[in-house]
Amino acid sequence: MLKVRNLHARVAGREILKGIDLNVKRGEVHAIMGPNGSGKSTLARVLAGHPEYEVTEGEVQFESKDLLDMDPEVRAREGVFLAFQYPVEIAGVNNAYFLKSALNTVRKERGLQELDAMEFLTLVRARMKELDMDESFLNRPVNESFSGGEKKRNEIFQMAVLEPKLCVLDETDSGLDIDALKVVSQGVNMMRSPDRAFVLVTHYQRLLNYIVPDHVHVLSEGRIVRSGGKELALELEDKGYSWLEQPAGAR
Amino acid sequence: MSLDAYKAEFDKAKPQRSKGEPARIGRARDEALSRFLANGFPTTKNEEWKFTSVEKIASRTFALAGSGEADRAKPAAKDVSPFQLSGAFGSELVFVDGRYAAALSTVGSLPKGVQVSSLAAYTAGQTDAIESHLGQVAPFDRQPFVALNTAFFADGALVSIPARTVVEKPIHLQFISTGQANQMAHPRVLIVMGEQSQGAVVESYAGPAGAEYFTNVVTEVVMGEQSVLDHYKLQHESNQAFHIGAIYVKAARSANCSSHSISLGGALVRNDVVAVLGGEGGQCTLNGLYLVDGQRHVDNHTTIDHAMPNCDSREIYKGILAGKSRGVFNGKIIVRPDAQKTDAKQTNRALLLSEDAQINSKPELEIFANDVKCTHGAAVGQLDKDAVFYLRSRGIGLVEARHVLIHAFAGDVLNKLPLLAVRKGVEDVLHRQLDNALRAA
Repeated sequence: MLKVRNLHARVAGREILKGIDLNVKRGEVHAIMGPNGSGKSTLARVLAGHPEYEVTEGEVQFESKDLLDMDPEVRAREGVFLAFQYPVEIAGVNNAYFLKSALNTVRKERGLQELDAMEFLTLVRARMKELDMDESFLNRPVNESFSGGEKKRNEIFQMAVLEPKLCVLDETDSGLDIDALKVVSQGVNMMRSPDRAFVLVTHYQRLLNYIVPDHVHVLSEGRIVRSGGKELALELEDKGYSWLEQPAGAR
Repeated sequence: MSLDAYKAEFDKAKPQRSKGEPARIGRARDEALSRFLANGFPTTKNEEWKFTSVEKIASRTFALAGSGEADRAKPAAKDVSPFQLSGAFGSELVFVDGRYAAALSTVGSLPKGVQVSSLAAYTAGQTDAIESHLGQVAPFDRQPFVALNTAFFADGALVSIPARTVVEKPIHLQFISTGQANQMAHPRVLIVMGEQSQGAVVESYAGPAGAEYFTNVVTEVVMGEQSVLDHYKLQHESNQAFHIGAIYVKAARSANCSSHSISLGGALVRNDVVAVLGGEGGQCTLNGLYLVDGQRHVDNHTTIDHAMPNCDSREIYKGILAGKSRGVFNGKIIVRPDAQKTDAKQTNRALLLSEDAQINSKPELEIFANDVKCTHGAAVGQLDKDAVFYLRSRGIGLVEARHVLIHAFAGDVLNKLPLLAVRKGVEDVLHRQLDNALRAA
């Protein structure tokens, strides 16, 4: 589904990604771990098409199409979703209105009928229940005066409504208490399917207790320095990231 | 246009004036003209006009609209207005080139004693309001355009609501220009609210696209004790037209006045709103929204004069500037020595959609009392890039994402328009105009 080859990217003139290779198949869950500044979030943002990140080398194929050639909205319509590390507050834009326009744009692109107000409400109510969210959420401005946990839950909620093919979660677990973490993980686990893939960017192994990955990659200084199964995450939990500072034989 | 030409137009108009016009008005006209001729048009050396040059108006020759235009106007003339507001009003008066067009107007059924009529008709019973108030609220001694209007107004609207009377349906005063080149109109509006009366008045201004003409309007509002007025001004003149408008409000004890000024058209526009809270416990809301693009220029000057204690004022002005447009906002709040316990709040924001757009924004607080609450905030910025990306990352296209955010910005003012039909009408026009502005960008 997603093929990343030798990806180099920079922001504000500084090279952050220095040759990433990653192969994600349908139905798989990949965890990307690594210390602060290793390039985890940059990778997530580049995949979503953040305009401030410049790809200088390499290629990314999504469902055999050139992902880097697409505008962010086109990527979303093709089925790429980024759950933001820091969801943006948008004053004056109502959550329901926002999500309905997004959903109908995406549905139109996929050749599906647009939902009317009632159908939309039925759908979102079901998803909100699964994520233990209050309905008043819908009528509040997007992320404005949401708590940290509410913002993260809102990301997962949007993901559940938009039903993307590839879900990229950028540190969705950070800052969450254990209850919120469980709700978020449950939301992700519910969405796991043979047709959908996940890339989980996380600093901590804790999330992976609840969402069990098929592959774990360790990112350091813009490169993947180790890949393995879920046991790699546990090893990291034990050893921390300090061993990365001696790169000898790391690959 | 030389000032002599104005003198000639004045002399030409004299015999056509309404026979019923009180002598006091005639004297005021003479005095206003000599004041205007003595001072001329304001220049940018005048602090009040520092960022707005009216050279383009001063250098042209404008002629007064002929008196027959309004009678000849066809119903289609109303289509010139982009605002779809039909059905929202009880009374709808149409003015063509500043004169009342009876055939296009509907006065409707009004409570006893309420007058909604042409100012120049001088029918029985309306002379009181005119005699007591016309020209008494808007001073022309230091306001050249008020002087010009006072000297030249041929007609306009009178809305008079007697004490303890509520007019439930809003009143629409629709000012239409036929757009003949170099024509000028000086409509005058007088709104007199009796004690404990209530009403809503919408003034709208429009002209044919591309037409070059000059509208110079003055609205005087007299508010009795505990009266409540919702006033709207919807300005959508031709993009080549000049529009200078002033609203003067004098409010008595515990009166409550809301002014909503929406400015979307015009090449060179100046809106003045001056509210004097002249009695204890008054409330005043001044809200404004403008969208300006191309090479157009919009200047909003507001003054809230807290003359007496325990009055509250709330003000939000927001501007959206595209292309090479220019905006000016000047918000003056005066708190006089007697006005203890004043609570005044002013917010002013501008959204710049292009690098070449420019705004001059200035809050001016003059506080002479010591026990008051006065806050103001001003901010100028561009669309939040992170917010644009966030919306796009959910599948919403770039153009629509910008639309959504601009509307959210305007929402602060739009959502405060109490009349739903007006809000809807304004939103539709704003949408269309934003489309054009964003496409041009």
